[in-house]
Amino acid sequence: MKQITAILDGFGSTWLLLVRSLSYAGTLPRQYRRFFEQCYLIGYTTLPIVAILSFFIGSVLALQAGYSMQNFGTQQFIGSLVGLSMARELGPVMVAILLAGRVGSAITAELASMKVYQEIDALVTMNIPPARMLVLPRLAATLVMVPVLAIIADLVGWFGGAIVAKYTAMISIEPEAYFAVLRRYTHFKDVLNGLIKAELFGFVVVLVCCNIGLNTRGGPREIGASVTRAVVVSLILILVLDYFVTQVLMPLQ
Amino acid sequence: MTCSSTRSPFSQVETPAVGVSIEKLSKDFGRLKVLKEVTFAVEPGEIFVLMGPSGSGKSVLLKHIVGLELPTSGRVTVDGKDAAAEETREQVRMALVFQSGALFNSLSVYDNLALYPREHRVANEAGIREKVMHALQILSLEGTARKSPSELSGGMKKRVAIARALVMEPQLMLYDEPTSELDPVMSATISEIIATVKEDYHVTTIVVSHERELAFGIADRVGILMGGALISLGPAAELRSPQDPRVAEFLNPKIDLQHPRFKNLET
Ligand SMILES: Nc1ncnc2c1ncn2[C@@H]1O[C@H](COP(=O)(O)OP(=O)(O)O)[C@@H](O)[C@H]1O
Ligand SMILES: [Mg+2]
Repeated sequence: MKQITAILDGFGSTWLLLVRSLSYAGTLPRQYRRFFEQCYLIGYTTLPIVAILSFFIGSVLALQAGYSMQNFGTQQFIGSLVGLSMARELGPVMVAILLAGRVGSAITAELASMKVYQEIDALVTMNIPPARMLVLPRLAATLVMVPVLAIIADLVGWFGGAIVAKYTAMISIEPEAYFAVLRRYTHFKDVLNGLIKAELFGFVVVLVCCNIGLNTRGGPREIGASVTRAVVVSLILILVLDYFVTQVLMPLQ
Repeated sequence: MTCSSTRSPFSQVETPAVGVSIEKLSKDFGRLKVLKEVTFAVEPGEIFVLMGPSGSGKSVLLKHIVGLELPTSGRVTVDGKDAAAEETREQVRMALVFQSGALFNSLSVYDNLALYPREHRVANEAGIREKVMHALQILSLEGTARKSPSELSGGMKKRVAIARALVMEPQLMLYDEPTSELDPVMSATISEIIATVKEDYHVTTIVVSHERELAFGIADRVGILMGGALISLGPAAELRSPQDPRVAEFLNPKIDLQHPRFKNLET
């Protein structure tokens, strides 16, 4: 019972935070410095790990696909499998998960410590809404940076697949052939589909992490508890949302 | 009040001090009754000192005045407006100097002070600079402008917190234990600063403290909060010969090794 009310509370306060932040959207131009700072933080902290992981995910996709497809002699279609899986599913989900781990946890830690050490209270008494100064720039920066990260994830993943396809003996497909198939079966709308997902997941992750940070109560120990909760809730939301969003986007193809 | 001869970047006289009224304020946290029907009023331009033992609810009371806590029952008004309403913070400038300072750790001292005028766009960057440097100068903090809060000593943090409040040009200044954890000289300095700020800017001032020197030195009136109830209220002078034994005990505790207090505490 207590857990259920806590979950409902979480939903309610997250919505409220979203509405409040968006109501200050007009102040974004004069907060451009905070916006760019957040863009830099989000891009800088996530880009290297996004690149490394998507390279290996693309590679392992090609390897697994090559292994199963050689039984049917269809390994020339590897490019389509890697291309579609990365663009539609693995790219966006992986970017969102890394965003939760690298950026979301840092946001929660920062806001939770501001809450615990009364900096948030100080802002409120100064009549500076935390939603305007702390949440809005982060949400806006997420909307701008996440598609960039997702596109990079797609490209690097495809590239990783190409390398594996060429140098694995049982596959041995030249990059030209690999990319020709990839291009034939992976359309712009598939990439767009993935970008919509990534955008939605990233936005939800950052919003939830902000909310959990701002609602931290107690002392320094609760900062750690909030960070753990923020990451766990983010991961659950990403995977649950992924299923439903995929269902919704399916008929639009 | 007369204008001082040195030009101040603060727009002093246009902002009249405000009164605070607390009517039957009660606050529960779950089963814990922290405030019990507390009633008193603070006049515009007065220095009111609220004393009381730790845990008696002083900080919670201050938070009600700035609207950070909402009453379980009763009412707090600032300048006649409900302190619990968000609009009140837009209509009345209130500054709370937190016990911990609550400085923004990610910002330099200068940016801590400049945040309020920047966010509320009260002046251009040059005007803001003038206000900030003036506030730092009042508290002899010019040297710390570029420092980060983590590099400051306890006394400096408290002064920076006061300076940050001053930049807001508040109509109501609240201090939460501004002298706790400070050495006696620094405590006296802070008391002088509080009194000077009140003289110069005619700002209504409420100070929470359990320091007698501060109360006798600068208070117009003193209230004593004990166990969430106001047990004494009157001019500071009256406290020199208190009638209530609880007040006398609180103000002049005798160290009695024959009958140590901690042995007959109620549990
Ligand atoms: N947010 C809160 N939730 C629960 N209890 C609280 C909260 N804030 C204060 N209290 C309790 O209220 C009592 C009074 O606290 P406080 O006003 O901080 O005392 P002090 O007079 O020392 O400033 C304490 O027992 C404290 O534990
Ligand atoms: Mg206190």
